[in-house]
Amino acid sequence: MSAYFASLNILKLAKNLPGGVSQGIIWGIMALGIYITFRLLDVADLTVDGSFTTGGAVTVMLILAGWPAWAAILVAILAGMVAGLITGLLHTKLGIPAILAGILTQLSLYSINLRIMGMSANKAVSVDKYGLLLSSRNIPKAILIGAIFALALISVMYWYFGTEQGSAIRATGNNPHMSRALGININAMKVLGLSLSNGIVALAGGLMSQYQGFVDINMGRGAIVIGLAAVIIGEVIGNALLGKHLNFYGTLVFVVLGGVLYYLVIILVLWLKLNSNDLKLFTAVIVALFLAVPYLRSQRISSFAKFRKKGADRNA
Amino acid sequence: MLDLQNVSKTFNPGTINEKRALHNLSLHLEPGDFVTVIGGNGAGKSTMLNAIAGVWPIDEGRILLDEHDVTALPEHKRAWLIGRVFQDPMMGTAPNMQLVENLALARRRGQKRGLSWGVTKEETAEYYEQLKTLGLGLEERMTVKVGLLSGGQRQALTLLMASLRQPKLLLLDEHTAALDPATAAKVLELSDAIVAENKLTTLMITHNMGDAIRHGNRLIMMDKGHVILDVSGEEKAHLTRQDLMDKFAELSGTQVESDEMLLS
Repeated sequence: MSAYFASLNILKLAKNLPGGVSQGIIWGIMALGIYITFRLLDVADLTVDGSFTTGGAVTVMLILAGWPAWAAILVAILAGMVAGLITGLLHTKLGIPAILAGILTQLSLYSINLRIMGMSANKAVSVDKYGLLLSSRNIPKAILIGAIFALALISVMYWYFGTEQGSAIRATGNNPHMSRALGININAMKVLGLSLSNGIVALAGGLMSQYQGFVDINMGRGAIVIGLAAVIIGEVIGNALLGKHLNFYGTLVFVVLGGVLYYLVIILVLWLKLNSNDLKLFTAVIVALFLAVPYLRSQRISSFAKFRKKGADRNA
Repeated sequence: MLDLQNVSKTFNPGTINEKRALHNLSLHLEPGDFVTVIGGNGAGKSTMLNAIAGVWPIDEGRILLDEHDVTALPEHKRAWLIGRVFQDPMMGTAPNMQLVENLALARRRGQKRGLSWGVTKEETAEYYEQLKTLGLGLEERMTVKVGLLSGGQRQALTLLMASLRQPKLLLLDEHTAALDPATAAKVLELSDAIVAENKLTTLMITHNMGDAIRHGNRLIMMDKGHVILDVSGEEKAHLTRQDLMDKFAELSGTQVESDEMLLS
């Protein structure tokens, strides 16, 4: 045991933290996309595991083909939006439950991503040869670029969801019945929301592939869970710190911070020498715990178990 | 204003749960008519309102609203003509959105929703005055999430929302049934005021025969998917509960012991 503690080097942890922040911001940007579907539209959209990789694949391949990085990212966003559009159409036009529609798109994206990547499972894009927006070689710059993207995106989302159209999307997720009665085409709003969401996810995928210097066919695996973790951690902390004063802008900022915090925890557990293969399990447990908090809290106020403790008849 | 022509609707056709909900239903409403609708369980009252609102397509017949044939239009495309308040107070408002946002959504009923602001300053000032007329103090709670309001407050708000953009037809589907008697009376009073002020053509379903007699200028009774009694003017003004029960027994061929059976 003491050998284990002796092997932990606090300097090494400190050295890894900035990298954790920069990656966390990118996951946080992805979480902003997931926030649209999960919180505003009230749909768990599993497309993102595929569209995150699509964003990376499109970005890397276009940069390798000589495109400037910003243009490659724009095309990646469009590709992500098409992925979301397809999930939306499977759901609204063909009546497939949203969660299944997302799974179908995600599965098909695996093949499509391989094709985009020229049938190889990963492609490297070196920061030495190509002009990338950000790279893990220069972490302060990566943090700065990530933060600029995040703040710009938050501002755009804050504006958009305050417009008539954005309000209609929120209303659709909040009360579809009322929305139809008020003349909102809720199917169109769902398709639009899914599309926007996956565009943002693909943007994050494009940033991540540049940051790490390659795209991997499996880089999006578990992205939805990481995104949910960021959303939920961000909301819990935002509510704890600001409570009633937490407005929409603040919520979105905290979602990104949730991504950062999530990634710092990952760095920490890796530093504690947790096997990196166990990370997905660890992430799932964290998300399950955070998702359970509101329910368990309500159980403390009102539950059947309360009466069992009071000695009510167990067998009646 | 409203013209239902031989409207029929059968749910789950060809299955063991087949239910003929509307059968050759015809009804004509003049502009300004305030019609109360009564009838037993499964008589087709709510089904009629849902058919008018376009919740699902009908099987046969035609629906005309203010000279527009809306038979082929889905719910959201005929919403510009219709204001609605539902039985369930949860159904008419968005709980996680602010009171003022709900009003702004309703004000744009059936309008194109573009990229201009969802709520403007000027309209917020108007909402303040309009909420004041409800007399519930809601004008001081405009940024509160609607989910925090009581059922009665929500129904009052939904009523206001339904009339913000003048509808050609107002559909009230047992909108006081889920409220306690005092609140129900208050919401009904409010309904009367809003209908009168905007001269709205209105269909109101109620399970309370007294309310059906007291409100509106016309009363219809439904049974087995169509209208079996239609009284208005003087005749309606002098109706009693007993009259209605006798009429029901006579017209539907069923004996009723109390209004519970007829209207539960």
